[in-house]
Amino acid sequence: MTPTTIADAGRRLRSGEVTSVELLDSALAVAARTEAQLHAFLTIDRDQARETADRADADLAAGKDRGPLHGIPIALKDNMTTRGLETTAASQILSGYVPPYNATVVDRLAEGGAVLVGKTNLDEFAMGSSTENSAYGTSYNPWDITRVPGGSSGGSAAAVAAGSALGALGSDTGGSIRQPASLCGVVGMKPTYGTVSRYGLIAFASSLDQIGPLTRTIEDSALVLSTVWGHDPLDATSYPGELPDIMSGFGRGVDGMKIGVVKELSGEGYEPQVESAVSAMVENLAASGAEIVEVSLPSFDIALSAYYLIAPAEASANLARFDGIRYGHRAAGDTTESLMSRTRAEGFGPEVVRRILLGTYALSAGYYDAFYGQAQRVRAAIQEDFARAYGQVDALVSPTSPTVAFAAGARTDDPLAMYLSDICTIPSNLSGHPAISVPIGLDDQGLPIGFQVMASALAEDVMFQVAEEVERLAGFDKTPSLAEVAS
Amino acid sequence: MNWEPVIGIEVHVELMTESKMFCGCAVEFGAEPNTNICPTCLGLPGALPVPNRKAIESIMAIGLALNCEVMPRSVFHRKNYFYADLPKNYQISQFDVPVCVNGYLDIEVDGDTRRVSLERAHMEEDTGKSTHIGEGGRIHSATSTLLDFNRSGVPLVEIVSRPDIYSAAEARAYASGLRAVVAELGVSDARLEEGSIRFDANISIRPRGDETLGTKVEIKNMNSFRSLERAVDYEIQRQIEVVESGGEVVMETRHWDEESGVTRSMRTKEGSSDYRYFMDPDLAPMAMSPQWIDEVRATLPELPGDRLQRYIEGGLEPALAGVLSGSNKEMRDLHDSAVAEGADTREAANWVTGEVTSWARRHGSEDSEIPLTGADLAGLLRLIGEGTVSSSAAKEVLDGVLGGEGSPAEVARSRDLIQITDTSVLESAVDDVLAHNPKAVADYSSGEHKIVGFLVGQVMAATQGKADPRAVNELIRSRLDGS
Repeated sequence: MTPTTIADAGRRLRSGEVTSVELLDSALAVAARTEAQLHAFLTIDRDQARETADRADADLAAGKDRGPLHGIPIALKDNMTTRGLETTAASQILSGYVPPYNATVVDRLAEGGAVLVGKTNLDEFAMGSSTENSAYGTSYNPWDITRVPGGSSGGSAAAVAAGSALGALGSDTGGSIRQPASLCGVVGMKPTYGTVSRYGLIAFASSLDQIGPLTRTIEDSALVLSTVWGHDPLDATSYPGELPDIMSGFGRGVDGMKIGVVKELSGEGYEPQVESAVSAMVENLAASGAEIVEVSLPSFDIALSAYYLIAPAEASANLARFDGIRYGHRAAGDTTESLMSRTRAEGFGPEVVRRILLGTYALSAGYYDAFYGQAQRVRAAIQEDFARAYGQVDALVSPTSPTVAFAAGARTDDPLAMYLSDICTIPSNLSGHPAISVPIGLDDQGLPIGFQVMASALAEDVMFQVAEEVERLAGFDKTPSLAEVAS
Repeated sequence: MNWEPVIGIEVHVELMTESKMFCGCAVEFGAEPNTNICPTCLGLPGALPVPNRKAIESIMAIGLALNCEVMPRSVFHRKNYFYADLPKNYQISQFDVPVCVNGYLDIEVDGDTRRVSLERAHMEEDTGKSTHIGEGGRIHSATSTLLDFNRSGVPLVEIVSRPDIYSAAEARAYASGLRAVVAELGVSDARLEEGSIRFDANISIRPRGDETLGTKVEIKNMNSFRSLERAVDYEIQRQIEVVESGGEVVMETRHWDEESGVTRSMRTKEGSSDYRYFMDPDLAPMAMSPQWIDEVRATLPELPGDRLQRYIEGGLEPALAGVLSGSNKEMRDLHDSAVAEGADTREAANWVTGEVTSWARRHGSEDSEIPLTGADLAGLLRLIGEGTVSSSAAKEVLDGVLGGEGSPAEVARSRDLIQITDTSVLESAVDDVLAHNPKAVADYSSGEHKIVGFLVGQVMAATQGKADPRAVNELIRSRLDGS
């Protein structure tokens, strides 16, 4: 049987039981069997992947070991630039766009010997919570192909859950890694803002965007993170200091730790089965020796509103560059102005247009202070609430998503309902703190439930320590039926 | 009615850092189009800006030279507008927290010194360049437009004066004074014709004595100090005529047409444009520590105003001080080091701005090194002062020194230019000439004193010009008067 985790695959590659080419072939075989139903990928570059896998095998045979991702098939969300390989951010406006340069994370994956399987689907420009906003078609959930995989990193989450990659990178602006991880039953992690370079990540909201891993296990999450993070001189917001030793807490459990349950992230709108699974896990953590306290962070109630002003405001400027002049889709126009405005009207999907308009409005003269200015004050209040909480506890926990995977089409006509999908994840983006979603079980429909662990800035070690105990306590080892059929 | 013009000037200075403001591309004038470009200055998806430390130091230097306060913390904002040669469709600029605030520049107009106050100096990036192809090269008649992004992302410093300038002559003095400061700092080519320094003027008029400002008009496209002065003058007169004939000045941008000598309306500004400024989340706020500011301050050269003051205090009359101060650094250094070697400042200044400068011009080496040390010049002046060479012979000595023939004393000797100082030799030469020119001697006796010139000339000829004409003159007179 082929390995299902990066750690296991790494051990077996080094013992000679499998080759990188075999791992790739297995991933591609899963993709071949599942893609018609899942549509997790926008681009698969078999030849390039095969070449990289061959080189990985040759290097390892020659004693050249590039680290934990050496020879491992990895998928990449299609909003990170890849030199020579089409990168669209799932938008019509970037149809056919082939970047001349690699994102820093892509270079780091390559230096680490990873094998890029392909580019995964997402909500256009990472704006959405279901991957239904992709200009190239919806992705579906491997646990139930009538349901969404979450979003915006839905393609990455579906690929890892199905086994068409052993790990993936996603980007998380308001929960876009953690929420799809939760809905697809995999581990999804957003690191501290600034620890992973954004250079080459097609910006949605620059002060919130952060790249992170989607994997099967906590250990794999740490292995991917350790390969891609670290200071990058090409990103002026990159953190230049020392990073925590993320594996240091593995196996140490939570005995003596103080864990806070966020009061505001429960109640109305939360599915009972999600709440009971989360409560059961909290009790298990207590049984493992953690001291559990309920913590109130009142500003969380207005975090969603602040987010939907800040993120669109930044997006309205970030997406201004897509004008048809230098690259991507270009509409015909008699004048430069008409060329630009027609290009944008044709190229952007409705959700992107909605957010650009919202953001433009929020920054307009006369409205700035009431909207954007006020949202920044809320953001400061959230940071203060977090600081106060982390003065009392080591980590905070909550559901990752109020619900399990919902039916495709169920929320497409109701943007507000869709926006509520990210209510538990958004605060950590506004504060810049690390947070992770760990699968803890299935509901009675067989759909995964995710448990979120949040920690203070640069406290990834603490976050992983708690998450690893959650993983052990949950003992979640199920794979979606689609993957079972495949293997 | 008596109208008072009120003028504010915005200056854009293109810095000549090695690389652009937010990426590693070279800053180079006149390169092939679209050769100095990268993902960042092209605004490719995913590319990010990283600030250029050298550019920040340049704006700090400009601010300090203009007596500004350098802010301890400064922030980049995004200025949002769509334009084909603006790759991101926003310009990284500064809004309410610029690097420098509250400065001044002293200017001189008609012998009076005035202090023009400055509001701010901020940092921003330049746009690309559009070339409209088609009739007239104007955007409305163009059939196509070519874009060159070499200039995109070049660091620009914008220096904004307060509305504190009150005539076209003051506007010109301010602009040229500011250019001199920037050029002295060496942070920019500061060439008007290449556009590396650009001046826009905001002009309004009001009844003299009023405190409130009138409606302002912005004028652009002045490519020389002279055209700036003409344009401002024209615009003031135009506004006065508009108001006096019962009209109202409209808030707008007007283009200076150098050939016809008028300003023409470009676009009417209805209120102010909404650029939706917000802090650029890709760039952390900059911190200018007192220590960093001091480091930059320590690198500042002597500024033109200070230098003029120093020359005047050193004993030069203002006119000569002005000429010397406006000379290039080679010439000023030559003067300064000659004075340090003991030369008289006036004599040194006269020689430097006169003979040495004209030699440099003749040899086309105005900005390159002059093969003359301060010690050489001081030595030459000493030879003149001691009477060893005559002033006219000194020019030949200078020529020899500049030609690499040796020190002034060596050249004077080898070219045989040393004045005859031995009185007995002079006396015998004079006596010889008097003996051979009895008619001239007789003319002198009968009151024709002008004839002395002729006799001096004869002596000079007899001594091959090596006699001191003053000494010869005195000797002849004493001989003739005494006889």
